Amino acid sequence: MSIVPDPIRAGLAKGWKVVDASTLIDDRSLSADVVIVGSGAGGGVTAEILARAGLNVIIVEEGALKSSSDFKMRESEAYPALYQESAARKTSDKGINILQGRTVGGSTVVNWTSSFRTPPATLDWWRRHHALPGMTPDALAPWFAMMEARLQIADWPGAPNENNDVLRRGADKLGIATGLIRRNVNGCWNLGYCGMGCPTNAKQSMLVTTIPAALEQGATLLTRARAERFSIQGERAGELTCHALDAAGVHTTGRKLTLRARHYVVAGGAINSPALLLRSKAPDPSGLLGKRTFLHPTVISAAFFPQRVEAWQGAPQTVYSDHFLQGAMDGPIGYKLEAPPLHPLLLATTMSGFGAQHAQMMREFPHLQGMLALLRDGFHEDVPGGAVRLRADGSPELDYPLNDYLWDGARRALLTMAEIQFAAGAKEVLPAHEMARRYRSWPEARAAIATLPQGLQLTRVASAHVMGGCAMSADEKLGVTTPDGRYWGLDNVSVHDGSLFPTSLGANPQLSIYGLAAKLASALATSLKEARA
Amino acid sequence: MGTSRRTFLRAGGLAALALAAGGALYRANRDTAPHRFALDGEARAALHAIAPAILLGASPPGAALDATIDAVHAAILGLPPATQKEVQDLFGLLALAPARRLLTGVSGGWEHARTEDVSAFLQDWRLHRLGLLRSAYHALHDLVLGAWYAQESSWAATGYPGPMKELA
Repeated sequence: MSIVPDPIRAGLAKGWKVVDASTLIDDRSLSADVVIVGSGAGGGVTAEILARAGLNVIIVEEGALKSSSDFKMRESEAYPALYQESAARKTSDKGINILQGRTVGGSTVVNWTSSFRTPPATLDWWRRHHALPGMTPDALAPWFAMMEARLQIADWPGAPNENNDVLRRGADKLGIATGLIRRNVNGCWNLGYCGMGCPTNAKQSMLVTTIPAALEQGATLLTRARAERFSIQGERAGELTCHALDAAGVHTTGRKLTLRARHYVVAGGAINSPALLLRSKAPDPSGLLGKRTFLHPTVISAAFFPQRVEAWQGAPQTVYSDHFLQGAMDGPIGYKLEAPPLHPLLLATTMSGFGAQHAQMMREFPHLQGMLALLRDGFHEDVPGGAVRLRADGSPELDYPLNDYLWDGARRALLTMAEIQFAAGAKEVLPAHEMARRYRSWPEARAAIATLPQGLQLTRVASAHVMGGCAMSADEKLGVTTPDGRYWGLDNVSVHDGSLFPTSLGANPQLSIYGLAAKLASALATSLKEARA
Repeated sequence: MGTSRRTFLRAGGLAALALAAGGALYRANRDTAPHRFALDGEARAALHAIAPAILLGASPPGAALDATIDAVHAAILGLPPATQKEVQDLFGLLALAPARRLLTGVSGGWEHARTEDVSAFLQDWRLHRLGLLRSAYHALHDLVLGAWYAQESSWAATGYPGPMKELA
């Protein structure tokens, strides 16, 4: 028995309507006013708002229902249980490793709690280039404020851990401005295990906020159910077929669920949402379905400090810098600087090399500091992003070619991070790159990184932010969805997740998705209730 | 670092062909259901030879690696079927003697492979001009290091204390 109360197990005991599809021995048919595919940032917010509006809602989730009693802060358990493809999802040329959640609550269960409103410069770009005149900071502000209140998003009162403070101090020495990151937590224990599911329910993920609220209103949650395809007749989605997965979430069991609804909301994340629509052969008048997928391709620099850093402990992300995002949006690619929490499995696999050198690095783990640069993709014509494709078995795969425009940014970002790390007192800096060595001074690092070949599977590139593929636009030729999230060409399908973004954001996406989903779901609730009246 | 390794470095397109054919052949000759990964026979022997090179300095020489190999197997079984198939192809290739000689330069069976020869071929794959071999290196890197550092028994050497006992 855990010392922390588990609101999910309490709700289940109370009789919430939850069906674990892995246990089904027969096919099932269900109907509702609205079926929502996905229970993450977009699906969770939508579920609460629609359920509170009195609509009958079914939530379909490919992952399992795991909760604080299951969250044991162990990578070996967390990655297979809570992430897409055991946290080893990759782009088709294996150039980028993608971290995405797959559990009730989606990526919000495993993210690092960083909360930013959509940057005004990004919204400005959308208004000018993507026919989204309503996307102003003022128009969105009430929705952000509503979700900030709902999810207790606030300044973090604690001091940054040493891993983050290195970024703050080093940048400060160089005259680079930093800021403090707001977090969606309530009574955080400052443990540092946000990425493995919060064991104390402090993180205000969808798992402990909107999903329980929807279930309290009588919504039905289907877990271990993969939305396979809509049957499409003309301009309407008829029914949604879902395949039950086994308990491990790897293979289908052969059982099917057939769901019927007046309206469908697709919120499976920016890889799985376009994939569902592609499998369904949804109309695609713009030709942009599953295209222009963005990742904030992220490069990594490790540094060795004389003092202990213990990057595994404490609030994982509390300091950021947007200094390198101040240039022209469509100029050389800009990047946001942050620090990642370090835990042994992810550290060991992310850093390059093997054998004695790798083992030596791991022995110095307590003194290791990690820094990230997230490249802001989607604004320059040389970075059109990736495309979601279907494999022979119907599973999705993201093709995201890395090119010289991005490699230029990667090199500048690796230089920036090394300079900041040395300015903060690092003894040595080691970029995550197959040909990099441990550099002992900034001049040595500068000279070496300047000539380090940047290329596929040489430079380590990761992503935790998948965006785009169902871009919004008021112009049917420029987008897959309307500014209200309605799918162009289907009367009863909406998209409410990060796939709506027409470019990347230049900031961690969760609050952008929460605010946008709140706005779209509120309008959808009104329109569905009017239609029924 | 003998002639055989230089032979494989020149192999190029032939190597890519072998990689594709090897996996398919391996899969065709197995009784297990398609996409249901099994790590046994020569494939398991290959991992037994490769893991000590990747873990050199982390794992004491001669230490039993069965728990790590089992953890690699378990990790593979948690991957989506399409990815399991790719990993199966890689191990199928490693299990085929001609492909092993051509691509790794390891001439005898895996059970006789020397750690320094394994390290040498891993280093070659790591920077190889063929993306397929770089991908194969990364798969082995991630699977073996991931399985090793997932185990609590590996943490003491790194100074990682593990999660708070009261909650774990």
